[in-house]
Amino acid sequence: MNRSSGGWLTGTLVNAVPLTDSARSLTFRVPGWPGNDAGQHVDIRLTAPDGYQAVRSYSIATAGEGEAIELAVERLPDGEVSPFLVDELEIGDAVELRGPLGRWFVWRPEQTGPVQLVAGGSGVVPLVAMARVHTRAEALSAMQLLYSLRGPDDALYREELSAEDSKTTWHYTRIAPPGWPRMPGRLTAQDLVREALPYEDGVLTYICGPTGFVEAVAAAMIEIGHAADSIRTERFGGI
Amino acid sequence: MTHLDGNVLAGPASGLLGFDATTALGQCDSCGDVLELGQARVYGAPMGYVARCRTCDSVLVVIVESVRQRTLSTRGLRWIREGAP
Repeated sequence: MNRSSGGWLTGTLVNAVPLTDSARSLTFRVPGWPGNDAGQHVDIRLTAPDGYQAVRSYSIATAGEGEAIELAVERLPDGEVSPFLVDELEIGDAVELRGPLGRWFVWRPEQTGPVQLVAGGSGVVPLVAMARVHTRAEALSAMQLLYSLRGPDDALYREELSAEDSKTTWHYTRIAPPGWPRMPGRLTAQDLVREALPYEDGVLTYICGPTGFVEAVAAAMIEIGHAADSIRTERFGGI
Repeated sequence: MTHLDGNVLAGPASGLLGFDATTALGQCDSCGDVLELGQARVYGAPMGYVARCRTCDSVLVVIVESVRQRTLSTRGLRWIREGAP
């Protein structure tokens, strides 16, 4: 890819799998894709017959070499692009893609320090990419995920994240499974003290989710002692 | 209006800056804060993107992207520098 052109590539949908009632995994084959790091995103551009264009950013759930990239998209009720991607796009259909994008919210296997991932809802997607790369690289550094979601049915990649070697802690805000030790509720500083890696270990924290979630968790992390510069955030939202 | 962060600038700024926008360092002309643009608050779509200082909320960067052209204003930055590889 010519990085300086800001050019758009064409991606063809080659696989689609429902993840929940409102989210689906989409794998595109993108000729010319240069590979990507874990945590990077892609812009998708749709053009209507009348020329109207809509561009949205989506995190990539995969990382590494190759021309196939997997996205996981959640349908936003008033969305302009996401309902089309979740409900309408069919195998063989093409979209315009720009990427890989962003080098700030990225984790690479060369990083040796401990890492805490904190996901809110579908904000888990770039963090799944980081966990996958960490596992594949057999990295010795600590990496664990704290995944906050409304209820058990809302989990993306539940099976993968529940695997024995996956260090995922689940947190429920509305509905918890029977017998769950903690009442459903928002993630608090106390939860982070209990469930997240302590700042004394020099941990780098990646937080991704809706803006309100990211602001609250980042503030709580700082409250319990983490330095602002040890926290990387990615907010999503919009229409 | 809810904001995003500087990560979303990566696509719109690609080709305009010649380097990744999210790891680029910049200094706010208003308060002097030095930040990676990934840390800025960004108010976005549909017209374009307005990146504001995380500390003093001054406008740092504006990008407007239309079908035919893209426009970049960095008037709120004293300087901008390519980030570490």
